[in-house]
Amino acid sequence: MSDTINLIIDGKQISVPPGTTILAAAREAGIEIPTICFHEATTSNALCRICVVEVEGSRVLLPSCVAHVSEGMKVQTQSERVTRSRRTILEMLESTVDLSDAPEIQTMIAEYKADGERFPQAKSRVSTPIDDNPMYLRDYAKCILCWRCVQVCAEDAQYTYAINFSSRGYDTQISTFYEVPMPESTCVFCGQCVAVCPTGALKPKRQWLLELGRTPDEIMDLTRSERRNRRRRVEAPSNDQA
Amino acid sequence: MLKAEKIVSTTCPYCGVGCNLQLHIQDDFIYRVTSPFDSVVNHGNLCVKGRFGYDYIYNKQRVTTPLIRKTRQVAGSRTQAFDRSEWREANWDEALDYAADRLVEIYQRDGSKAMAVYCCAKATNEDNYLLQKMYRALFRSNNVDHCTRLCHAASVVALQMAVGSAAMSNTAAEVVESDVFMLTGSNVSENHPIIALQMKKAVQKHGAKLIVVDPRRIEMVNYAALYLPIKPGSDVPVFSAMAHVILKENLHNPQFIAERTENFEAFAASMEKFTPEYAEAISGVDRQLIIDAARMYATAGKSAIYWALGIPESTHGTANALSLINLALLTGQIGRRGTGLNPLRGQNNVQGASDSGAMPWHYPGYQTVDNEQNAQRWEKTWNIEPGGLNRQRGLTTTEILSAVHPGGVQALYIMGENPMMSEPNLNHTRKKMEELEFVVAQDLFINESGAFADVFLPAAAFAEKDGTFTNTDRRVQRVRQAFPPRGNARADWQIICDIAKRIEKRLGRPNTAFWDYSHPSEILAEMGGNVPDYAGVRYANIEKVGLQTPVPTEDHPGTPYLYTKDFPRGRGKFHPLEYVPNAEMPDDEYPFVLSTGRVLEHWHGGTMTRHSWMDDLFPEALMEINPADAANLAIRDGGPVRVTSRRGSIVLRAKVTPKANPGVVFIPFHFWEAAANILTTDAVDPQAKIPEYKAGVVRIAPAFDEEMTAAVPMQIRGRY
Repeated sequence: MSDTINLIIDGKQISVPPGTTILAAAREAGIEIPTICFHEATTSNALCRICVVEVEGSRVLLPSCVAHVSEGMKVQTQSERVTRSRRTILEMLESTVDLSDAPEIQTMIAEYKADGERFPQAKSRVSTPIDDNPMYLRDYAKCILCWRCVQVCAEDAQYTYAINFSSRGYDTQISTFYEVPMPESTCVFCGQCVAVCPTGALKPKRQWLLELGRTPDEIMDLTRSERRNRRRRVEAPSNDQA
Repeated sequence: MLKAEKIVSTTCPYCGVGCNLQLHIQDDFIYRVTSPFDSVVNHGNLCVKGRFGYDYIYNKQRVTTPLIRKTRQVAGSRTQAFDRSEWREANWDEALDYAADRLVEIYQRDGSKAMAVYCCAKATNEDNYLLQKMYRALFRSNNVDHCTRLCHAASVVALQMAVGSAAMSNTAAEVVESDVFMLTGSNVSENHPIIALQMKKAVQKHGAKLIVVDPRRIEMVNYAALYLPIKPGSDVPVFSAMAHVILKENLHNPQFIAERTENFEAFAASMEKFTPEYAEAISGVDRQLIIDAARMYATAGKSAIYWALGIPESTHGTANALSLINLALLTGQIGRRGTGLNPLRGQNNVQGASDSGAMPWHYPGYQTVDNEQNAQRWEKTWNIEPGGLNRQRGLTTTEILSAVHPGGVQALYIMGENPMMSEPNLNHTRKKMEELEFVVAQDLFINESGAFADVFLPAAAFAEKDGTFTNTDRRVQRVRQAFPPRGNARADWQIICDIAKRIEKRLGRPNTAFWDYSHPSEILAEMGGNVPDYAGVRYANIEKVGLQTPVPTEDHPGTPYLYTKDFPRGRGKFHPLEYVPNAEMPDDEYPFVLSTGRVLEHWHGGTMTRHSWMDDLFPEALMEINPADAANLAIRDGGPVRVTSRRGSIVLRAKVTPKANPGVVFIPFHFWEAAANILTTDAVDPQAKIPEYKAGVVRIAPAFDEEMTAAVPMQIRGRY
């Protein structure tokens, strides 16, 4: 097996070591391919398909985050077929998921002129934010099922396995086992999932409270010792009241 | 959606891993913390404390203005004042003048032996360097120590005896290159969570084999090839039996022994009696497991040893650590990547505080105080008359409080430590604190120790000041000011400079030791001038990535692993060993061994984490007890128990779990409501003066709910 693989991406001759993904090869050559579920610190699963590229001789578009380069490959990252596919993916995302906390995806939507109204019958994902622990919130209406949180909770970082997919098809959602509250799961609250979430579905609780308009002062009133003090003040009226 | 006003890069203030942080800030409020995924230390991973544990900075109990006690405290009847009504607010001039007046008064009356200071492994190198400088240069006292005494003192002593240096020999991230690694006395997944991730990865993805030797069935046992469930305190027999097997089966490394070590014959002779049968009788570990562990460790290409406080926190802690060092010297598993002797340091800057001279026997850079040349070197640096510095070794952390009596220590300065939670035998500690004539506390909160103070100096938190921390693998990293200190709080180094100038003036010293720094970088440079390992560390060189000491020159790239060619003392020295039982062994009256330590969600005395929302995640002390023991005592999971030792008694909830091996219970020491250190023994290792936190004996009985002083509804937690 040779040390380098030669291929052409968007007309540009490129040489990379075997085993390189098309995405990595393109980035090394300065060719930008959009990604959503891809993250440099997690295992790629080609879930979102926004990174698809057209490879000459291939029947389907290939997800560049997992497809490896091969000798003589001719790749187009911006062909009409690729662009149409990406636009459709963005339109489907926009019609079902709350992307208000995903500025990168919003930029893509603008760039690809995706029409959020293309699927007027689409059912939006709805859920109430799950506030079951003092560290972070889970708002699955914003979840695009990119799998990054599940990956970092498992072998990509933490080996904790607190969360996984539950249900199937449209009802698929990230969940603890049997939907137990997070503290009752194996979660160690490392927050790696929060760090890799691309859409704000997972958010530090204090950030969430700030966004709701609470001041830092009001937020710190929620500290356990403050709650305890308030309770004590209510339970034990001061002398002048008595 | 919130967009950060600024993102500040800094270093985590919790454990010794030294994770790189990015603080996302709006209106001086840290609302989110991330870590760069290309960080060489933690690769973007953080634990719960590193990710979420910074709200204590904004806690409403935090003291942000200097305080002076309203009632003058008298030695012998000193009281704790937690309530702010017992203090009056003062301005900085008044508080510092008052503190300087009283300290100087006591020094001029009783001399340097009356003065003592607790430096702080949470503070920066610069803070610690200055505080030891103040006590040495002004009060001529070497009664300077910090919590390293309570943590790795025996590892430090043993490593200095055997190899001549006292840090991790290798870099933690190298564990993925090891073929075999042995983990002992370290619940790494709770105490160094990010190193635990690297260890799990080493096992799961790189085929490394893990040997766990621990009296608790910790989470890492799930990843182990071999688990040796030893009885607390049987370390020397088990590791020496491994050496015995290695010698008997000719698995040692004669070339390494001949070229790099000394005292082999005496050591080998002393290992003769440590047969696996003998070790089994003492440790309760199946002899075959000991034989298998010996073979696995000795025959692998690259074997490393990692240990934490289970080894040193013992009355024979120095011998425990030596038994590990002997193994590495015997097999030559040191001086290469993926091998080594790796004591995992607890605090974010315990390595740095030790490097900076916050210790009673050493100037910065481990230069002994009773060496004339060393003393002269520092006299020159600090503008002190020849012979001015004290040549006598000072008192250690544990000795300082024991020495509180007429003619002994009278005044104590506490920067950031909480001895009233972290010292052993707290009832004794309390008595000693009450007997002090004058106490200065410099901290964020009035904790159990600061409540004894006469003057409270409000210090800046890690995100409010500049400086450096040195992590467990000797990496000096930047701590950056993200926003100004809350209220009137000030950076520790500034407080120390201001009080030192006042003291110097009152003492009428002809020359100043120098306290006019404009930035902490000047302090580190002053230290580097006399400490070769830090000579090349400059702030400009560690802006992006920290450097691992030794860094002898400014263009030096740092030292990831040590001892390639030789040891600092020349040859590595084998030490013959004997088995010594713990100070207390279980008997009919006190049948259980109590081990103490930390949990993932909390930090030591709790000054930081118990003022954080992490207190909601783990709100109360839980005693871990094995299901069989619990059944015998009719103790149910979550039920209250009374735990009694020869020194005191506490009531807390039981957590019935196989994580505790039979006969051994575990209590974390973070909770004042049920302070584990009321129970622990203050018996110490004779060489290192470190107390036996890991092996007191107790009796346990079911208790009533009403006996729990601060009961909260029992929380269900699913983590291991």
